[in-house]
Amino acid sequence: MFRRLPEDARALVTVEVEGRTVAVPAGSSAAAAALIAKLGYTRTSPATGEKRAGYCFMGVCFDCLMVIDGEPSQQACLVTVREGMRIERQLGARRLG
Amino acid sequence: MRTYDAVVIGGGIVGAAIGYGLAKRRVNVAVLDEGDTALRAARANFGLVWLQSKGDGMPAYGHWTRRSTELWPDFAAELADATGIRTEYEKRGGLVICLGEAELESRRQLALRLHNQAAVYDTEVLDRAALQALVPKMRLGAEVTGASYCPHDGHANPLLLLKALHAALKSHVAAYLPDAPARAIAYRGGSFTVETPAGPIAAARVVLAAGHGSAALAPALGLSAPIRPERGQILITERLDHFLPLPASGLRQTADGTVMIGATHDNPGFDVSTTADASAKLAHRAVRIAPDLARARLVRTWAGLRVLTPDGCPIYMESATCPGAFLAICHSGVTLAAVHAVDLAGAIADGALPARLAPFHPGRFDVSKAA
Ligand SMILES: Cc1cc2nc3c(=O)[nH]c(=O)nc-3n(C[C@H](O)[C@H](O)[C@H](O)COP(=O)(O)OP(=O)(O)OC[C@H]3O[C@@H](n4cnc5c(N)ncnc54)[C@H](O)[C@@H]3O)c2cc1C
Ligand code: FES
Repeated sequence: MFRRLPEDARALVTVEVEGRTVAVPAGSSAAAAALIAKLGYTRTSPATGEKRAGYCFMGVCFDCLMVIDGEPSQQACLVTVREGMRIERQLGARRLG
Repeated sequence: MRTYDAVVIGGGIVGAAIGYGLAKRRVNVAVLDEGDTALRAARANFGLVWLQSKGDGMPAYGHWTRRSTELWPDFAAELADATGIRTEYEKRGGLVICLGEAELESRRQLALRLHNQAAVYDTEVLDRAALQALVPKMRLGAEVTGASYCPHDGHANPLLLLKALHAALKSHVAAYLPDAPARAIAYRGGSFTVETPAGPIAAARVVLAAGHGSAALAPALGLSAPIRPERGQILITERLDHFLPLPASGLRQTADGTVMIGATHDNPGFDVSTTADASAKLAHRAVRIAPDLARARLVRTWAGLRVLTPDGCPIYMESATCPGAFLAICHSGVTLAAVHAVDLAGAIADGALPARLAPFHPGRFDVSKAA
């Protein structure tokens, strides 16, 4: 469904999406990195177990929550990629302990 | 003119529970409510079904609350059967978690004092180790000294409770009429006429249970509603893996995993705005109790107005000048929902309040009478 614009000539940054190394344009969001990696769903709902992914991509819907560099409940659409960033699905409710 | 056996004014938790109880007894009842912008404590509360702190100075309130905690399991099951809506009621006991020795000692004193007034609480004071055994997955803050524990306490989802009560009214062919506030009530020849924007409604009985709306309507019916608003603010976290298996006063984890942190007490009048100061206070105490909460994200905060009487205990009365007019006010509408639906509605259906409800008459606030 999503394609990168052909004229995108930005430098690439290497991130890890669910353990897979992916090169994405600098300045992309972590949510965009998940799309580029064709990850599909990016979390499961703690209430229903349903598979979900980013919806608004502008910080409003909170459907894009992921674990980024080990920190849960990050809005992936608002986080800009950095070299070596670890981006993981958030499965169910987060554990505090 | 539409005519009913009884009209309940107010469709919050108190009015809806009484209306449901009347409808179950085949009283032809209508419940009048306002619209979405009304002040509705029923939609802002914490969801505790709570005995352990109730009734200091008024043993009748302790007995009445204990009775409700006994009725709640069947009440919840019955609502689920009638409507398919589960209220998420659980009765695993409840905690008041203490920071420092002084707080624990004052809980111990309160438990003793309450027990001496009414032997209904069965509250135990737990030291830190005993508390930890009840909540093995929760890391306790260094200052936590223990908790009081009452086995009769529990919690429910207050929004689902209200939804279930409204649905149950319909399943008993009672009328729930939103956007139909009572503007005025007249009593003539043994019957009441209630003026609403949807036209007048006649009934042989009127139950005034309109929360803060009761103050304006009470005098014309010979009822007395000396109430004031007290604001309470609550914080809600994101859904977390379950770590709190039983509710604590001020800290409860819902069936969905969100944690509710509450509630403050202040008196800004009819103001339901939230303040950063209150949020900070609530968050600070919660983190002293459970330090891992510092990493949880807050997703919502809200404020509601408690419907408070001068002594904090409920008011129930029947009018002496307009027989058939009843008043019900309380600030524990969730806790008392079961006893309101069963005992109070039963008494109203029978036409008189029983002697054990006499202590709740507002005559107790009349100083000249008490002197
Ligand atoms: C922050 C907070 C925390 C709380 N926590 C708890 C708790 O943990 N456990 C517990 O048991 N209780 C708790 N409560 C108290 C509980 O919410 C109230 O006891 C309960 O909601 C009161 O119910 P009510 O029906 O009297 O009033 P409300 O819920 O305010 O309902 C009154 C209803 O009457 C309607 N109304 C008003 N005027 C008219 C009119 N003229 N005609 C028709 N309808 C009218 C209003 O629209 C409203 O729907 C809490 C309250 C607050 C504010
Ligand atoms: S996609 Fe909606 S908040 Fe991130």
